[in-house]
Amino acid sequence: MAYLDAAAAEPLHPVARQALLAALDDGWADPGKLYTQARRARQLLDAARASVAEAVGVRTEHVIFTPSGTSAATLAVHGGLIGRQRYGTTVVHSAIEHSAVLHAIGEHGVSVPVDRTGRLDLDAWRAAFAAPGVALAALISASHEVGTAQPVEAAAVAGVPLYVDAAQSLGWAPVPGEWSLLSASARKWGGPAGVGILAVRPGTRWTTPFPDNQREYGSVDLPSIVAAAASLRAVRATAERDAARLRTLVDLIRERVPATVPHVEVVGDPTDRLPHLVTFSCLYVDGEALLHALDRRGFAVSSGSSCTSSTLRPSHVLEAMGVLSHGNVRVSLPRDVADEDVHRFLAELPGVVAELRAEAGVTGL
Amino acid sequence: MTPEVLDCRGQRCPLPVIALARRLPELPVGAVLRVLADDPAAGNDIAAWCRMREQDFLGSPAPDTFDVRRAG
Repeated sequence: MAYLDAAAAEPLHPVARQALLAALDDGWADPGKLYTQARRARQLLDAARASVAEAVGVRTEHVIFTPSGTSAATLAVHGGLIGRQRYGTTVVHSAIEHSAVLHAIGEHGVSVPVDRTGRLDLDAWRAAFAAPGVALAALISASHEVGTAQPVEAAAVAGVPLYVDAAQSLGWAPVPGEWSLLSASARKWGGPAGVGILAVRPGTRWTTPFPDNQREYGSVDLPSIVAAAASLRAVRATAERDAARLRTLVDLIRERVPATVPHVEVVGDPTDRLPHLVTFSCLYVDGEALLHALDRRGFAVSSGSSCTSSTLRPSHVLEAMGVLSHGNVRVSLPRDVADEDVHRFLAELPGVVAELRAEAGVTGL
Repeated sequence: MTPEVLDCRGQRCPLPVIALARRLPELPVGAVLRVLADDPAAGNDIAAWCRMREQDFLGSPAPDTFDVRRAG
């Protein structure tokens, strides 16, 4: 099997596994209590928080742990709206935010377009703040579907907190710029699935929606948090080397797929992008059939085609870019991917697409 | 001149795009083909097909209706 869907979840990092097992033995007590076992748990939690804070680039007390990336995104938006309710209810956001962020924004959103490569239109973005009542701005650090990096530094607008969804990029590098809120998900860097992170910079008008002014609601999953922090530290330590290797493989995919498969469009920015993610669309091919055919040959990939989504709607990201949504494949490489897996994918893809086109009676178009 | 109509309603993507790719080359250069399609991806994908295959996407004059002109 070749697992090529790291943008959904990266396999558990060996360091995360070790830390998780150790913390299951050592960090099971309630860290809020006043006995030896609790103090040990508290130490582990404090150390994990400090480690994550360092990776994000904030002080320890500005990191909030949540039960998932989605809950961190929801908490960022809802807390931001409550904190800024005196100023308005509108959230200015890019058209390519993750659906978790769009769901959290709900009816409060003003969507700002992106160009064909999936990069934010900064002029339209700045113009959107001219209207009164903007409470919050939301911008993904790099597209989870096409990999294009977003101009986070240039997108900060004075007086309005900027929330950055850094789920796909935090494992590679801290997010630069004057952002106010940042969320991430440990599953994207080899941590366990049930850990999200919300960072709130000092001075941000953000108010927790939880009772009793609690920032972390209920008990936290301490062993998973310890594992998430250990994994983040581990992937950051090798990020430069890993990114260089994966960039080479992604460049190879970007070059070989259009050269070997007719009528394919590789989408997203060719250079200013995530190191591990590449997306392309094949004309005349059903995305769901393509995923199944690739799965049968041992390739796990993802798709933004409508037939693969529960709503039967095409990906709003591909639509916003105006690129083909059917026959869509997202390949995202885990850090430990074997070169051979990518080479085998490139060798088999042309045959898979040709077979599906022949089955659909699509030849000579 | 009334454009020729290609009724793809009820078809899921990529079927309307396939039907368009089959029919358009049979028309003379400059002719307009009106595609009726109600798949939620149809408008986006017909426009993207026109860009990739260098044909003219003329827009959507009505819901689920997309006009394409053969450019070459």
